[in-house]
Amino acid sequence: MIAWTIYITFAGAVVILLLPRSFARWIALAATMAGLAISLAPFFRHDVDLAHFTTIVRVPWVPTLGINYHLALDGISLVLVLVTGIAAVSAVLFSWDVNKRANEFFFWLLLVVGGSYGVFLSADLFLLFLFYELVIVPKYFLIAIFGSTNKEYGAMKLTLYSFFGGTLVFIGVIAAYASAGSLDLNQLAQFQFSPQLQSWAFPVLFFGFAVLAGIWPLHTWAPTGHVAAPTAGSMLLAGIVMKLGAYAALRVAMNLFPQGFQMWRNTLVVLSVIGIVYAAAVALRQRDLKFVIGYSSVSHMGFVLLGLATANVFGVSGAVLQMFSHGVIGALLFAVAGTMIYRRTHTRDLDELASMNLRRALPFAAFTFVIASAASMGIPGFSGFAAEITILIGAWKTYPVAVWIVGAGMVLVAAFTLRALKRSFFDVDPANASAAPPQMDPITIPEKLGAGLLMLATVTVGVYPKILLDRIQPAVEAMRFLK
Amino acid sequence: MVGLITFLIIIPVAGAMVLYIGHPKNPRAVALIFNALSGFYALMLWQKFDAGTPGLQLIERHPWIPAIGAEYVVGIDGLSLILVLLTSLVFPFAFCAQKLERGACALMLVMHAALYGTFTAQNFVLWFLFYEMSLVPAFLLIKIYGGENRDYAAVKFFLYTFLGSVAMLLAFLGIYFAKGTFDFVTLADLGKSGLIAGNFKWFVFGGIFLGLAVKVPLFPFHTWLPDAYQTAPTGVSMVLTGTLSKMGVYGFIRLLVPLFPNEIKIAGPWILTLIVCSIVFAPLAAWVQRDLKRMVAYLSINHLGYCLLGLFAIAAASTSSLIDMHAALSGVFLQIFNHGITAAALFYFVGLLEQRRGLRGIDDFGGLMARTPLLCGWMSVAMFSSLGLPGLNGFVGEFLIFKGSFATAATFTAVAILGLLFTAVTFMRAMQSLFSGPLAESCTGFSDLLLSEKVVIVPVTLLMFAIGISPQFVFNIFNATVVQMARLFG
Repeated sequence: MIAWTIYITFAGAVVILLLPRSFARWIALAATMAGLAISLAPFFRHDVDLAHFTTIVRVPWVPTLGINYHLALDGISLVLVLVTGIAAVSAVLFSWDVNKRANEFFFWLLLVVGGSYGVFLSADLFLLFLFYELVIVPKYFLIAIFGSTNKEYGAMKLTLYSFFGGTLVFIGVIAAYASAGSLDLNQLAQFQFSPQLQSWAFPVLFFGFAVLAGIWPLHTWAPTGHVAAPTAGSMLLAGIVMKLGAYAALRVAMNLFPQGFQMWRNTLVVLSVIGIVYAAAVALRQRDLKFVIGYSSVSHMGFVLLGLATANVFGVSGAVLQMFSHGVIGALLFAVAGTMIYRRTHTRDLDELASMNLRRALPFAAFTFVIASAASMGIPGFSGFAAEITILIGAWKTYPVAVWIVGAGMVLVAAFTLRALKRSFFDVDPANASAAPPQMDPITIPEKLGAGLLMLATVTVGVYPKILLDRIQPAVEAMRFLK
Repeated sequence: MVGLITFLIIIPVAGAMVLYIGHPKNPRAVALIFNALSGFYALMLWQKFDAGTPGLQLIERHPWIPAIGAEYVVGIDGLSLILVLLTSLVFPFAFCAQKLERGACALMLVMHAALYGTFTAQNFVLWFLFYEMSLVPAFLLIKIYGGENRDYAAVKFFLYTFLGSVAMLLAFLGIYFAKGTFDFVTLADLGKSGLIAGNFKWFVFGGIFLGLAVKVPLFPFHTWLPDAYQTAPTGVSMVLTGTLSKMGVYGFIRLLVPLFPNEIKIAGPWILTLIVCSIVFAPLAAWVQRDLKRMVAYLSINHLGYCLLGLFAIAAASTSSLIDMHAALSGVFLQIFNHGITAAALFYFVGLLEQRRGLRGIDDFGGLMARTPLLCGWMSVAMFSSLGLPGLNGFVGEFLIFKGSFATAATFTAVAILGLLFTAVTFMRAMQSLFSGPLAESCTGFSDLLLSEKVVIVPVTLLMFAIGISPQFVFNIFNATVVQMARLFG
């Protein structure tokens, strides 16, 4: 059933190309809504085994080489499929006013979404790599054609980083395939790779994937890419694409090479802690609102990597929860900055925004941004808090020092978030404090719906994280590196 | 009695005769008709070919020069068949790329026949005859119909390949005097126990290696290639890279590896080093080229390097498992086919740009995406196929090659994978400066893909997708041959 997320999305992409331009956004909305609905279905059924990576489809593909079209589902995949669905629907809603080459735009957008569903559900390493690389191309075109500031540079940088990561991943995939003779992820997870192989194959594979997750110091594509992308592009980048890297690092690198993971754990912790603190500090100094959010993404993804590196149930479950949480919050922040503000003011410069009295001009945007900032800072009641506290509990057991440093980093996160919030919406210029707010187009209904969906997701998970954790935790416990 | 394969070889020759004698008004149409005819015969060959049985099939054997053991023997196995099919595909594609004069069309057809002959001949004398027969038309095509710098390029091309051929001929005479036969199958059976005793075998080995290494070409014998490909007319470049370069790879698989299994195990690391140099340096050289044709030419060296990597990684290993050998050989065969169509397609697109602009420097274009979206889109597919994006044909072959070679030559393979990255960088840079940015003033009059161009490029691109998504139908052609060769090499 859940496999249909992939088929419907790709089918939607093809239909968009065939039908006239004015239908494009409706088809995209229908396809992404269908994907979201399908990904919600397993939450209401109790006959789905989410504790193990259970096969859904398995068809021989290239039988002579043991390559299968093999999809599977467990709790981790399900959560990421869900966040893909949520981010995709809201990205379409926030692109409702795209007029220029609309069918092409939604075509690329659906390819990114469909490819991401494919990565999260693949149980065959070849298939996973295929989907993973497949996402690069539409991403490039989304940014290079429809982007804004410095779009060609941003698109190229992102693509080259992706190819670089992809090359490392490729080496790791070949190493795994050549030693174990299989591409089935479940079989590979049973295979005993030699420690010598693991000691180098793990970092190659992990860092290859982590490029896309924005690990420090390979993160620099993220801020420029996010800034250059159109709003929907940034939402998908932050919401989904960065998760591809983190998810694959967990599912492939860590689960296949547990001993290699043990050898490199400390390095990972150090890098992720640097990433959290460094990105937050840089964000504090940015003037462009999108750069602030871009660096905050790097900082938040640092938490994911820290959670993964703790190698216990709490840390890893928290990391998966953080992937969901950041997917929603990151998408929301970019939606506010890119569409609600930039589309109307044509500037993202915090100093210029400060003089615009936006709070009175765009009250709904202000409200949304407050919620998003609160969630991003990790205020209890939002998903960010639930995820980060779980990660820190996990980290506390093994790396107490890291928790202290990260704690200081969280203060920086709060500082730059508050600064951005204050500068963009709540700085009142004393000279024209009483002047009427500037006339701007009101926030449209699709924008309200999209923002509403994302806010609903972060609040629901923030108030009741059990709904996801109950599904994540058994799947994490089944992973090999915990045993 | 004349068999199917002989017919296949005769048809293009007949076409060349018709062009030479008949002075037709539209030589290209005549050439295409003969291409269609030989393509039909190639398909018949495929249909008659029994993919389940290993070894040569549809053999025709006639005495020729009995005094020196030279026979007319032609036959096909999976490897020959895939190359025959590739040749039948690339030639019409090349004829469509460009209007060539009558003489050029005739020379191309002679080359066409020579290629069929090379890929099916099973006796060294016959093979060498066809091998050389392809050289002369290629030389003339560059020399007479080439662009700027054609004299230099043609002579360089001829001297390099001819020296290689002479070395190979001398080496084979050495083998003949030792064993008294030119038959490939017989020689391959003798190869295990050593063809020639003493140090003399290294001269023989070196001679054959040199001849083939120049043809492929392998670093550092490659310097003729960028000049030749750059100056040749588009259609000729397509044929040179799509099929002629495969003669070298084919020779390595059919001659060098079976005949000298023990020597290769000794020389293996050295050969692999050269191959990895080809793979890594060629895309770096391509990166800095300003001329698009030269860029594609350098990338060709890189892609053929992958074929040799797969082959020599398993041939040089003291032991390697059958599974790895199957993967590597399947990858090599598939890569041969893939590179043929993808590289030809790249040259085709460069040709289209050149027709529109009159120039082909990377800086002579800009912002084409706005003016010619279809041209850019289809060209991007060819580029992505060449850089090995999953879902397209290039990836499957490279994946298998790396899988097979990793087990026996892990370090070489790991370094070679860097070549993929450099190729990607080269293509991304090219795409950026050609397609994006503001539309260059000189490109405002460009027309997008014409119907006649779409008719050519759409089927080729569909084939790339088909192999990328479901390669099994190609594997079926050569599976039995792969299994048999793996046993022979192992």
